[in-house]
Amino acid sequence: MKLKLPNPGLDNRIPSHGDLEKMEKEEAGDRPKWDNKAQYLLTCVGFCVGLGNVWRFPYLCQSHGGGAFMIPFLILLVLEGIPLLHLEFAIGQRLRKGSVGVWRSINPYLTGVGIASLIVSFLVGMYYNTIMAWIMWYLFNSFQNPLPWSQCPLNANRTGLVEECARSTTVDYFWYRETLNTSADIEESGGLQWWMVLALVSAWTLLYVCCIRGIETTGKAVYITSTLPYVVLTIFLIRGLTLKGSVEGIKFLFTPDVNELMNPATWLDAGAQVFYSFSLAFGGLISFSSYNSIHNNCEQDAVLISIINGCTSVYSATVIYSIIGFRATQKYDDCMGNNIFKLMNAFNYPENTITESNYDQILVQLNQTSPHIIQGLDLQTCDMQFFLSQGVEGTGLAFIVFTEAIIKMPFSPLWAVLFFIMLFCLGLSTMFGNIEGVVVPLQDLRVLPRTWPKEVFCGLTCLISFAFGLIFALRSGNYWLALFDNFAGSIPLLVIGFCEMIAVIYIYGVDRFNEDIEFMIGHKPNIFWQVTWRVVSPVIMIFILVFYFVTQVTKSLTYLVWDQEAESFPTLEPRPYPSFVYVIIFILAGVPSLAIPAFAFFKFIQKKCCKQKDYSENTVDTISAKIQMSDKIKF
Amino acid sequence: MFEKIFFLLCLSTALAEQLCRPEASDGYRVRLSIKTALGDEAYVWNDNEMFLFRATLAFAMRNQISGQEFEVSNIIVCDETPRVSFWFVVTSPQNTSQLVDKESVEEAVRKSRNRINSAFLLTDKTLEFIGIPPTLAAPVNPDTPPWLIVFGLVMGAVGAGIIVLLASSVVQKKRKNDEKPDDEEIDEETRVKTVENSAASEGIYNRSFSDDERFTHM
Repeated sequence: MKLKLPNPGLDNRIPSHGDLEKMEKEEAGDRPKWDNKAQYLLTCVGFCVGLGNVWRFPYLCQSHGGGAFMIPFLILLVLEGIPLLHLEFAIGQRLRKGSVGVWRSINPYLTGVGIASLIVSFLVGMYYNTIMAWIMWYLFNSFQNPLPWSQCPLNANRTGLVEECARSTTVDYFWYRETLNTSADIEESGGLQWWMVLALVSAWTLLYVCCIRGIETTGKAVYITSTLPYVVLTIFLIRGLTLKGSVEGIKFLFTPDVNELMNPATWLDAGAQVFYSFSLAFGGLISFSSYNSIHNNCEQDAVLISIINGCTSVYSATVIYSIIGFRATQKYDDCMGNNIFKLMNAFNYPENTITESNYDQILVQLNQTSPHIIQGLDLQTCDMQFFLSQGVEGTGLAFIVFTEAIIKMPFSPLWAVLFFIMLFCLGLSTMFGNIEGVVVPLQDLRVLPRTWPKEVFCGLTCLISFAFGLIFALRSGNYWLALFDNFAGSIPLLVIGFCEMIAVIYIYGVDRFNEDIEFMIGHKPNIFWQVTWRVVSPVIMIFILVFYFVTQVTKSLTYLVWDQEAESFPTLEPRPYPSFVYVIIFILAGVPSLAIPAFAFFKFIQKKCCKQKDYSENTVDTISAKIQMSDKIKF
Repeated sequence: MFEKIFFLLCLSTALAEQLCRPEASDGYRVRLSIKTALGDEAYVWNDNEMFLFRATLAFAMRNQISGQEFEVSNIIVCDETPRVSFWFVVTSPQNTSQLVDKESVEEAVRKSRNRINSAFLLTDKTLEFIGIPPTLAAPVNPDTPPWLIVFGLVMGAVGAGIIVLLASSVVQKKRKNDEKPDDEEIDEETRVKTVENSAASEGIYNRSFSDDERFTHM
């Protein structure tokens, strides 16, 4: 397709190939650089591999037909994930700027795309670091034996356990009451919880110390934060496989159900997961690539990182489900044990006469002889499938299901510490990319004086995000976080990703882009890239965007509440949002998306009314105008 | 004579049986789950074990009610089941036909629960007294929550890191600023030179000509 939108003055805004060669040789300019290729790869892997790989992908895999889910996931990874990743890497490496700089260089009307990335990175960073604060809270609490979430506290008279804890479980109580101290409604904001504020402080200061000088410091930190999760996952895999029932979990995860492939929701979820998993459209990847040397092979990097990301998802799913299988087996055994005990006690059978194997037989017999006694016993149905499919997504997986599994393992504090360190490293390396996606555009936009050092930019970003993030330390903070997660980090990213593709392929020009890549890596991108960039990926993006939008708008907006007075307690109760929340949803999802046309319009108005801008287009093309002035001579 | 003894024995057993009935007002049911607790090392429940139980309970009663000397015969057991559960009542040592009230028995068991459990290598869950709930162990509450200690350590390390990094960037900047005046001086010299040159080309009085004029005034 030879479709190309007119884009005058492009050559004046971007460095030419000659300039790039010069910059490469002289190593001029104050742009930071990677110490070595490993740092760059580890940073990108760390940014892409995040909490979603651990607690979103396994759930999607299991709920959409297990092994069969791999098919849409892999197809969309190849058709959507890799092309978009290569595109972001290549454009960043070519134009050598952060997200705002890149889009402004391509066309000033596109600055809105960079600003949208900035806003989304800021909003997502705000709530993502709150999850980090929760992880740190659990990590701090793991250094004791017995673990605090293994026991219920006693009530005031010390006659029994606290009622809320007795009705639910110890892990539920610790999460909802002692950690979040959650209120029963999003409107009841409660006050700030001081321990949560402390945890937030620790999360933001730790992030600041790692990001303080940009990639100079994060480049060192990623040696640990990107590699440690793999070590811990392997340890957990080995431990998990030695536990009883782990193979049940893995079988449950991977058992294919080919009928799920007919369900469009499967493909939609797979596409969305690939997109979010790659941390595209945040602007962070563009920034990271801009620090590369000009002839770095971005094509190879894109393919490598995509493969690593996909494999990590599958690997962590295996580990998670081995532990979940263990937990489900434990719960099943407990449930059966309880039933058997009740029967034995009621009918005074000697011990070990009723086992799991003859339980059903004996139950049928006894039901025939004395049904009224059986009814009075209140035996529970023990269903393995039910235990395996319990609440295994998101924060519920990490803070409820997994912690419950950990307290049943011997040497629990060790496993708790390892698990939460792993989650912490996964989240921290993603936050590096987020901060990069906020700080670098801020510098490019010249909102603050340029002479201010990077430490100040970083510190201001962390401080303001922390201040706004205090909303998540309220009693209703969990509900606000779910709101942010659903709306700030979903639709705007899809819109931005789509605009990025269109901007590079049709406004920057796919021919020019091909030439750039040929200049950078030595050969033109082959037919696969051409087809996916021009047609396949944008079409997939539109599909996902439209379907996502439609599903979000049509379904009634409810949120899950932990309410002691609800009938379904301890299961979470769905409740509709109050009306003022709709305004907030519009702000979260709408402002970044609308920033793109809004800025284009603003630039248009600026051009029309302030005609002084016109003279810059009539500059005389002289040699002296093109020579890059070195920074040292300042007249 | 033998008839009298025989009669007394029958009477006492009959009385004992009357005193001990399942669901009697002053007794408790006990349930043991030996195999669950001990697995392969479980012992078999026989009369000797029952004797030990009665003796332990007599010990508990002695601890509770000081002064009264409870004997094994004061603990009457009935309604044994293959589950290993039975009903027991406690008679007063002063009057064997009178039962000790429920509350005293409960308190005695509560007080010496640990000793009774250890005599049988069992726990509160596996040696159950139906109707006497075990006193719950209070969860350990240290003075400073351990998480605060870890938090303090982490914050200390992070704070030290921030200070070190900020200080080193300030030091680096100062060093750069110290070097810069040297560079700037060189620049200024070159600048001054060029200014001089351009000023010279603009028109510094060329003395040689003026000197020549003086000379040629002959």
